[in-house]
Amino acid sequence: MSDSKAIFLKDATVNAADGDQRAFIRKALGGYYTNRDLQKARYRDWERARDAASLAKWSAVNDLANVLEKFVANFERNGGVVHWARDAAEARAIILKIAEDAKAKAIVKSKCMTSEEIHLNDALEKAGYGVVESDLGEFIQQLRGEAPYHFVFPCMHVKREAISELFTKHLGTAPTDSPEELTMIARRHLRQLYVDADIGITGANFLVAETGQISITENEGNARLTAALPRIHIALSGIEKVVNNLDDLSVLLPMLATAGAGQPMTCYNTLYSGPRKKGECDGPEEFHIVLLDNARTRLLADPEQRDALHCIRCGACLNVCPIFKNIGGLAYGTTYQGPIGSVITPHLRGLKQWNHLSGASSLCGACTDACPVRIDLHHHLLHNRRNAAKESPTLFDRLFHNGFNFVIKSPWLFATGGRIFRATLPLLQKLPLPYMGAWMKTRDLPKAPSQSFRDQWKKQNV
Amino acid sequence: MSDARSDIFARIREALKVKAPKPHLKTDANPGKTSTVAKPWLPDGGETADASLTILAEQLAKLKAVLIRVPDKAAAAKAVAELSAAKNWKKVAFHGHELLRPVAASLPCETWEADASFDKQRLEGCDAGITTCESIVAQLGSILVSSATSGGRALSVLPHVHVVVAEASQVVPDLGEALALAKARHGDQMPSMLSFITGPSRTGDIERILVLGAHGPKELYLVLVG
Amino acid sequence: MRVSLFVPCFVDQLTPKVGLATAKVLKRLGHEVEFRSAQTCCGQPSFNSGQWDVAREAAIRALEVFRGAEVVVGPSGSCVAMMRNFYPELLKGTPHAAEADDLAARTFEFSEFLVKKLGVTDVGAKFAKKVTYHDGCHALRELRLKEEPRQLLRAVKGLELIESEEGETCCGFGGLFSAKFPMISTAMVQVKGGALARTGADFVVSSDPSCLLQIGGWLSREGKPILPLHIAEVLANDA
Repeated sequence: MSDSKAIFLKDATVNAADGDQRAFIRKALGGYYTNRDLQKARYRDWERARDAASLAKWSAVNDLANVLEKFVANFERNGGVVHWARDAAEARAIILKIAEDAKAKAIVKSKCMTSEEIHLNDALEKAGYGVVESDLGEFIQQLRGEAPYHFVFPCMHVKREAISELFTKHLGTAPTDSPEELTMIARRHLRQLYVDADIGITGANFLVAETGQISITENEGNARLTAALPRIHIALSGIEKVVNNLDDLSVLLPMLATAGAGQPMTCYNTLYSGPRKKGECDGPEEFHIVLLDNARTRLLADPEQRDALHCIRCGACLNVCPIFKNIGGLAYGTTYQGPIGSVITPHLRGLKQWNHLSGASSLCGACTDACPVRIDLHHHLLHNRRNAAKESPTLFDRLFHNGFNFVIKSPWLFATGGRIFRATLPLLQKLPLPYMGAWMKTRDLPKAPSQSFRDQWKKQNV
Repeated sequence: MSDARSDIFARIREALKVKAPKPHLKTDANPGKTSTVAKPWLPDGGETADASLTILAEQLAKLKAVLIRVPDKAAAAKAVAELSAAKNWKKVAFHGHELLRPVAASLPCETWEADASFDKQRLEGCDAGITTCESIVAQLGSILVSSATSGGRALSVLPHVHVVVAEASQVVPDLGEALALAKARHGDQMPSMLSFITGPSRTGDIERILVLGAHGPKELYLVLVG
Repeated sequence: MRVSLFVPCFVDQLTPKVGLATAKVLKRLGHEVEFRSAQTCCGQPSFNSGQWDVAREAAIRALEVFRGAEVVVGPSGSCVAMMRNFYPELLKGTPHAAEADDLAARTFEFSEFLVKKLGVTDVGAKFAKKVTYHDGCHALRELRLKEEPRQLLRAVKGLELIESEEGETCCGFGGLFSAKFPMISTAMVQVKGGALARTGADFVVSSDPSCLLQIGGWLSREGKPILPLHIAEVLANDA
């Protein structure tokens, strides 16, 4: 068993047993379902809109080389500087160099899962830079020293009392159980930091090839401030975030908001092209983008699962996933949680160590139905299972399935095996057998009938 | 780093040697201009100017953004002055635009033309920022501002209150049209920032409960002339 | 019609009354029912475990077993989804591909068969009890069935149908998942089973006997008063 699997099983067991926390998460998501359904109802044909969104991403990702080249050419024409990073280490080195060259001291960040992926904050802090996460949820998680729980709602698992204690401890503020007051505390604390920061680091939701703009989606306004006040703006983005045309955003932006947060649009959807232009009164002097591969090309090379790169990181699949809701986002142990995380992590980090996430699913398919860009999520979990069985078969699995196959090849063996199974079931149920023991811990089995269907049918139809 | 660049492109080209099947779609969505193809499927933005205004008003109300309709520019100035008095604003920033100068002139408090002499610390101390906008999207209740035409990047997001003064003729039905309009207007010289603002700043990060005014403005007013 | 019964492996061995009830209803409606005893298992456990070579063999055997059958009907959304949606994927590019598509076109889940193929919603059944319905995920999302079982149940004399919360939430069975990740599976059935029990219904009905195994197993262990029942068993009660 891989280390990550052992840790996963441990964490999943603890979290799945925490009825209170699970109920808290379900309650937190209740409003989302209502709002999402209200917003979806405004679409005159949500299913067809999904088609359009899916096609927009498909046509960009499957022409990635040309689309990226066009984006980069336009980005540079707008006055931005492009950097390429093959992996996390290269990306960190690039950003550290920009900070060094700029003689920066303070860095403010807006939400960027890619920066989580490359463990950027750690590297910046070790190099002596003060780094502040400005997104409220990320700010809270940063204070907690914990990874984001959900890539759109990073601290949805944290109760307000815990946040109040956190702020009292780190910011010296008075305790309060009002979400509004807690938000205002963070707002006040962060305002001056935006003004003082030398560098603002953001992610990017979309890279628009036609215009060389990047598009950033947010609700709080912290990304707007991060890209407005510091003198240097660095955007970090995976190479797959491309779209062909500005026009594609007319479908993608509303759907991202509806599926991800139950909103018609998120509060701020901003397109950036270049640093401050001549004639503009404010804005950064330098605009950099770091384009990251970090094994995305590995996923690109799998035509069966390439559509996982269409992901717009809306989080809808997490919001509907019963696994996510019952084990929580941190149990996954990955940058990206939920169904999309389970699909892509084996490609990004290794199949042998991470295929258990694809196994930890009942394949209910709610994720696939929820995905605005129609990624075949739950079927990809099956594909990962198949690939893992081929690449690193376990002895137990091979014995079990070959054994089962042997029995079901012959109706006589099947009937006889079934008869023995039914006769011994009362005993088998009590033994610590694989699978059986796990089932019996929390569930009963029906009383074994003395006659199978085929026995009775034969009798009835002699 | 040209090594990294050529490496990455080499990997991409190698990876794409095998085509992925077109997505399994429920409809025969042919690629064309996405917004044109998808328009009948997206939320309605209104077939007529009146219909759009009605939808806009509905959307703004849901977003808790305040819509103030006025017949002319003088009425706009009066409305903002009343707001300023009611809210007891002490310092208000605006940018140099013919729609806004009369508004600023009518305010009882200290006003500052921020884009003429930008100062981020001074902007941070302002109670309200007044801007105009590029367009207004009825379908979503969104207001498009730009760094070129709305006083820079920070004016519409740093002060605690954002007031937009615009003309009713700036309302467009949907996002696709707003984007096309921005492209047509600016062409090769896109402003360095274009931002769709949809309601006051908000967060659901704490227990997924909605709170307004996370980092951006807590209040958003749209004064619509005509 | 001559209907060829597909009886899921665990229905055959553990809950045979589901298969018998299915046959009874079809006969009541005037159709001939056959059971080809060469059948054993559709191969889904192996398929879900990634053992696609093994599953492929099971698929090919199923093609043989049902060759020439006019129509194949199974009281299980899960197994029918395997045969209809996944056999073609398993056998794509093999000499069996065409036959897999052919079998898929003549294989139906039981409630689907009654409502969509036979056009029948009133099968002459009576069941004066309070019933809540659980949509199995395969039936709901792979076969796109939701209204069909409800139409059948609403036509049953005396039956009161109550919808539950968490209506489209997975019960947590997922085949071997229920035993490979039992802590997650149990957490899921707690949510589902709890919601079903709260309806106050006497029975939870489903078109999926595998879900009923999971839900029924938990309800029984927890001592909840609501009992699992397959839709065929409900419809088999003569009016």
